[in-house]
Amino acid sequence: MIQLTHEPIDYAVLTEHVRASHCGAVVLFLGTVRDLTGDEVTVFLHYDAYAPMAEKKLLEIEAEVRTRWPVGEVALVHRLGRLGVGEVSVAVAVSCPHRVDAFEACRYAIDTLKELVPIWKKDTTPTGESAWVHPTGGPS
Amino acid sequence: MTLTVQLFAKLRDIVAASNVVVELPTHATVTDLRHVLIANHPNLAGLLDHCRVAVNHDFADDSQVLMPTDEVAVIPPVSGG
Repeated sequence: MIQLTHEPIDYAVLTEHVRASHCGAVVLFLGTVRDLTGDEVTVFLHYDAYAPMAEKKLLEIEAEVRTRWPVGEVALVHRLGRLGVGEVSVAVAVSCPHRVDAFEACRYAIDTLKELVPIWKKDTTPTGESAWVHPTGGPS
Repeated sequence: MTLTVQLFAKLRDIVAASNVVVELPTHATVTDLRHVLIANHPNLAGLLDHCRVAVNHDFADDSQVLMPTDEVAVIPPVSGG
């Protein structure tokens, strides 16, 4: 399943959702709002999306994960709107019969999400200055 | 043809709008669209070089021919996650 939501992500429920009796491995990745990027202090982030395209790309990632790994269930959820430091912005949960596949599938899903899905964050500092984050090279 | 082009994130701030309307000749490509956008909004030029164009919710090559019914959006470098 995939979802864009303005509500807090209940990652315990999401983890239960992907559990299956034939899957001995469940991997959960959480992306959370970090307080510092280099020397820059973040007070909160605002996430925005091109929703119809973002949902389409998330579905394509889900389909690719199911093609490449023996997945029991996979869930990709991204939060939108204003998030404070420590809040969960993204969750990816994957179950597979064995852990190697579950780790690989989850890694592929979050890496591809960050590369392809049209979602953007705006960073606001303690002085109230805000700026959209548009990486033009290197890991983020 | 007349196309409404959706903008996001910093692109919206630059033009102070969530979309712009452009006039393009029939059989215009994504490259033609880029040229018209810069002609109409010169301050988009820097960031636009780093943007992809999406047509009907898929990333498009610069050679793709645009149709009047296409949903077109300019996608600045993404920062989800």
